[in-house]
Amino acid sequence: MAINKRPKIKSIPYEEFKDNETFERLVAELNAKGTNVIVRKLDELIDWGRSNSLWPLTFATSCCGIEFMAVCAARYDIARFGFEVTRNSPRQADVILVSGTITTKMAPVLRRLYDQMADPKYVVAVGGCAVSGGPFTKSYHVVNGVDNIIPVDVYVPGCPPRPESFLYGMMQLQRKVKVENFFGTTNRKEKDPYRDTMAEKAEEIYNEEEQA
Amino acid sequence: MNDMNMEKKGEAQAAAQPQAAQPKAAPAAAPAAARPAAAAPAQPAKNQIEPECVAPEALRERMETLKNKEGYDFLENLTGFDWEADGLGVVYQLASTADPSRRVNLKTLTTDRENPYLPSVADLWDIANIYEREVYDFFGIRFTGHPDMRRIFMREDWVGYPMRKDDETEKNNPLRMTPEPLSDFTETYTLQSDGTVTKSQRRLFEEDEYVVNIGPQHPSTHGVLHFRVSLEGEKIKKIDPVLGYIHRGVEKISEKMTYPQTLALTDRLDYLGAMQNRHALCMCIEQAMGVEVSDRVKVIRTIMDELQRIDSHILFFSCLCQDLGATTAFLYGFRDREQILDIFEETCGGRLILNYNTIGGVMADIHPNFQKRVKAFIPYMRKNIKEYHDIFTGNVIFQNRAKGVGVLTKEQCISFGCTGGTGRAAGWHNDVRKLRPYAAYDRVQFNEVVRSEGDSFARYMIRLDEILESLNIIEQLIDNIPEGNFQEKMKPIIKVPEGLYYSAVEGSRGEFGVLLESKGDKSPYRLHYRSTGLPLVAVMDTACRDNMIADLITIGGTVDYVVPDIDR
Ligand code: SF4
Repeated sequence: MAINKRPKIKSIPYEEFKDNETFERLVAELNAKGTNVIVRKLDELIDWGRSNSLWPLTFATSCCGIEFMAVCAARYDIARFGFEVTRNSPRQADVILVSGTITTKMAPVLRRLYDQMADPKYVVAVGGCAVSGGPFTKSYHVVNGVDNIIPVDVYVPGCPPRPESFLYGMMQLQRKVKVENFFGTTNRKEKDPYRDTMAEKAEEIYNEEEQA
Repeated sequence: MNDMNMEKKGEAQAAAQPQAAQPKAAPAAAPAAARPAAAAPAQPAKNQIEPECVAPEALRERMETLKNKEGYDFLENLTGFDWEADGLGVVYQLASTADPSRRVNLKTLTTDRENPYLPSVADLWDIANIYEREVYDFFGIRFTGHPDMRRIFMREDWVGYPMRKDDETEKNNPLRMTPEPLSDFTETYTLQSDGTVTKSQRRLFEEDEYVVNIGPQHPSTHGVLHFRVSLEGEKIKKIDPVLGYIHRGVEKISEKMTYPQTLALTDRLDYLGAMQNRHALCMCIEQAMGVEVSDRVKVIRTIMDELQRIDSHILFFSCLCQDLGATTAFLYGFRDREQILDIFEETCGGRLILNYNTIGGVMADIHPNFQKRVKAFIPYMRKNIKEYHDIFTGNVIFQNRAKGVGVLTKEQCISFGCTGGTGRAAGWHNDVRKLRPYAAYDRVQFNEVVRSEGDSFARYMIRLDEILESLNIIEQLIDNIPEGNFQEKMKPIIKVPEGLYYSAVEGSRGEFGVLLESKGDKSPYRLHYRSTGLPLVAVMDTACRDNMIADLITIGGTVDYVVPDIDR
């Protein structure tokens, strides 16, 4: 069964989204593998639920973060889309909105936050700084785009982006979530990257204790 | 025939030009003011400073006299410089709080580029501790006698000193994805009587101390700030701030930019003081060049600064409430903040990053709706402040968590250089708008809000009261915006005459200063911002000691720092 090509987003018709080509390419990619009818139906149900309750991590390093707060407040009201449950712990978050400049000192921290999030997880690069380094590209201490450190799903340009573009970017993410094959792909179990090293460490400690 | 026509047209054009040129140059319709001589003003610029050079050996003695005998108790600024062949050095700017008109500037330097040492003044002014660490981090100057000579912004494994003119920063420092090393040890360099320097090491935290890391990713630090907090039970014993997670190298990249380009970065330092920051830099450059802006510009800038201050204080209120669990109050604050953002947006086009001031004026004239909307906003905000008090100030939980908590005395505030609301809450009159009036502040009546308790509650109340004062200032000016140019005509390439200049404005959270050294080029030789937030972070250790760990959040919230402004 083919994946529905046109996920419905309330109030915005499909044609009005920009960059439908990238999206269609993604769908074609997913379709190439084909899906079981029953699984796909279940997928759709789950994706519907997931796309309407994407919980962002409270992560703001600078100016764009203030605009994020404005989006959370009453006027732009992110709760209309189900994104209002900002989580302070990466373990409970679905999406990380990288709003603000990422410096080289912050880069390992961001990477670790990303690693700590449970799959399926998404990244939205908000603002010029997160997209490409913004006004600070020439700086010795700024990462020129977070896609150097973590994979990015949606880019929202602007310095800072207007609240409307925030929401638009989040809707793009919703579309992406809505066409996903949940079972067997996005919810796959990732191999624990630390398992081997941890086992080694444990052994070392054990040996040391033995000796002592 | 054709030729003749052409000629005639040409003549006609030439004849029309004298009249046509005028409106083209100044679309504001008002007659252009006599253009001031941009190059080399006859007398030194208003904000030029000429620091007195002191040899490193004599520095300690001189500083001690200034501090202890002559009453220069406020170290306003301590800035590192790399004067290339002339050596590495530091400029000190001191002021007396008893008599603010007394200011003195000193400089000292060393020509040794391999192992530069200068004497520390960290025992005289508390804030010098963190300032000297900054200079060490950027320039590699080690301060003898400094108790804690560590890097502060860069990672501990950073190679080189980024602000040095000859440093190959990018080459030596690829992106490191390994976890950041954080040493438990710190170093002290001592100058022996025979002129050699010895190094000693000391522990920051004992081995059995219970140290909790708060940040860099923590919702209550208002950005990416990292505190290493040593605890005894729930009591805070010591705080060691680790900075630099949002150090964007603004001062360094400014050295490669032309003056109009450097302006863009000021908005992004303390984005809740975007107007004021940019105002400071514009004013610094204008005064250095001897450009006088029109009255209209002065008044517009003043109104904008005050709107920005209200914006910032509302955000302060919202975030503090949010941190303490009062989500409704957060929403109330943002509702009112949006009104200001709307006003900004109409005139400047931006909501948060405004890019409004420019060298010689402002980018665009105010929007026709501006006065109307501001006038509607004043009573609206006055009414809502009452609501803030009803919903939050009287709350018993908040009062218990804020009154008598995180007390800072006036002396501590001065020694740490905590200007702005934090200093005023402890009774220090430090408002730059009153001490050295700039723009249109000399023609308005307003009170400097000062309290004496110095606790979290006082800091909170100061900010809410300042909103009312700001409204008063705006009210006096909004109907009297004089006619005139909104922008002086500047040369296409802006060059600042050689010299060292300092201008300061009252930012949303303290004195924001710009120290500019020019060599007469089209980009600055060195541009240093006196951050309003760095002293506020430096004082956290003192303010939080012996308080509960939970109060760290209230104290941090009421001290009100913005992290990108600290790290620059
Ligand atoms: S994109 Fe602009 S507004 Fe956003 S963090 Fe960067 S400088 Fe600030």
